Amino acid sequence: MTVLDTQHVTSAPRRRDSSRRRGGRAGYLFVAGYAILLLAFGVFPTVYSLYLSLTNDRGQFTGINQFTKVMGDYRFVPAFTNILFYLVMWLVVLVVLTVLVAVVLRGRMKPGLSAVFRFLYYIPGALAGVASVLVWLFMLDPAVSPVSWVLDAMGKDTFAAVLSPGDLPVIFVLIAFWTGAGGWIVVMYGALNNIPDEVIEAARMDGAGPWKTAWHIQIPMIRQWIAYMTILAFAAGTQLFVEPQLLQTASLGRVSPTWSPNQLAYVFAFQQGDFNGAAAISVFLLVLGVIVAGLLVWRSDMFKLDEK
Amino acid sequence: MTYTASGSATRPQRGKPSRALSVLVVGVLLTALLVFFVLPVLWLLLAPTKTAAQITHDSPLSFGSFAQIGKAWHHLVDFQDGALLLWLRNSAVYSGGSLILTLVTSVPAGYALALTRFRGRKLLLTVTLITMIMPSATLVLPIFLELNRFHLIGTVWSVILPMAFYPFGVYLVYIYFATSLPREILAAARIDGCSEWQIFKLIALPLAKPVIGLVAFFSFVGNWNNFFLPYLVLPNSDQFPVQVGLNQLLSSTPAFNPVAGAGLNITIPELALAIIIAILPVLALFLFSQRTLVSGMLAGATKE
Repeated sequence: MTVLDTQHVTSAPRRRDSSRRRGGRAGYLFVAGYAILLLAFGVFPTVYSLYLSLTNDRGQFTGINQFTKVMGDYRFVPAFTNILFYLVMWLVVLVVLTVLVAVVLRGRMKPGLSAVFRFLYYIPGALAGVASVLVWLFMLDPAVSPVSWVLDAMGKDTFAAVLSPGDLPVIFVLIAFWTGAGGWIVVMYGALNNIPDEVIEAARMDGAGPWKTAWHIQIPMIRQWIAYMTILAFAAGTQLFVEPQLLQTASLGRVSPTWSPNQLAYVFAFQQGDFNGAAAISVFLLVLGVIVAGLLVWRSDMFKLDEK
Repeated sequence: MTYTASGSATRPQRGKPSRALSVLVVGVLLTALLVFFVLPVLWLLLAPTKTAAQITHDSPLSFGSFAQIGKAWHHLVDFQDGALLLWLRNSAVYSGGSLILTLVTSVPAGYALALTRFRGRKLLLTVTLITMIMPSATLVLPIFLELNRFHLIGTVWSVILPMAFYPFGVYLVYIYFATSLPREILAAARIDGCSEWQIFKLIALPLAKPVIGLVAFFSFVGNWNNFFLPYLVLPNSDQFPVQVGLNQLLSSTPAFNPVAGAGLNITIPELALAIIIAILPVLALFLFSQRTLVSGMLAGATKE
């Protein structure tokens, strides 16, 4: 809290008024460039997407017809169930492990050693997207994998067995954690770094061990960053596309081409030529994302520093 | 245990085994994660040194020969007359161009959102947050249609402009300034007669170096690795960034696509080498900026 409380030191009311006016005019200039991009590639596409989902291919208003149509599609429920399983697992694993590791690395470890760990954990972060999926194709193929003995132990001795439908969410969590966690550990470490040493020292003087300090002081103080990570990881998770798409290619069709909602939207748009249906799926994802993010923002006081 | 022993004496005795245990647990966790993160990378680095046959028969973490790397490299460059080099150049143009646009727009915007008051500020902030948490793939499709309407499909701008829109960066800059640049400094500068531009240039920008580095880094990495957008808006192979190129390479590999891959020399070592080359810029960037990333993260005026 001390981080944010520094903001609450207010200057004299008159000075604030004048700075508000002067800052105001300049403010418009400072945000102009970004605002144009926001309108062109954020707001407009969203509105357009909503418009498409409420009309048909001749531009006639059709109400919720597009939504009932895609919901009635036999691939809709499986795709959303898949993504739900994946998201729950992914978020739990990500939050628990990144915060835990950041606390440990920020703790009593020598700074140099901690930097080495952070670097090594981050390396896979450079392999996002296609590259990471390709690497994991090899890791999961018992014929070439360095951990084929692990796969064997689990009774998975062929590539086909590894890619059984029930295991796909776990595989995607592995890939996402492998590429994404290192970066978040760096961010969480930075957030912990920002907690003044005096606060930690005071907790230690009061007899709190490292775990107690972490649980009662450090984690509450970085909860806005945790919420932030959760929101972005959730958003990224709902848009899963490359991973199942490539796995589908490489498995010669054993993985469903509509495993994730985004793949389903892609099939609707570019294989069935149904942009309205695709837009309806996008709107489902959008509403889902906004609800979850809203809950997290509200629960974590993420906007607290903005109340004044 | 009797009460004659002082309380302070029992504490360290009880603490020792639990401390040792927690060190052990922590050690196991860190090591397990280390193996998890590093092992696939190690495998990837060793794969191009071996032939396809050696990869399946030799021990997975063995080293082949340097000569084989050269062979794999030649096979790669031969693929569609140096397509890989072209893809790398494209990636550099796309990521570099959008990075510049991102920085020029997001840093002043985040600063103004945090430290100035203007009508519509709260709205802008809310819309930014909503867009940021919106799955960007949600927008790719409508963006595709929008670009199509303005006849930009297949042009450099159809990739650079959407990529330059980076609400995450604006939000990072906003949080940074809101939490670590006391408004009093600005008020003092204003009293000294600085213009808003001067305040931004002389006070805010120098303090913002760490967060600018962070935004630049995340933006570059994100754009370099972007697949979905260029996959949709760029129809020609000679326009592909390297990520989309890798996809094409994958479907030209006989192991994964026996028909299309016939007669080509693209096997697992070549694919592994292509992956390494594709990620090299990002890896190098991280190597050079790691200190700024970590030490600069959030550490600002509040720490003094």
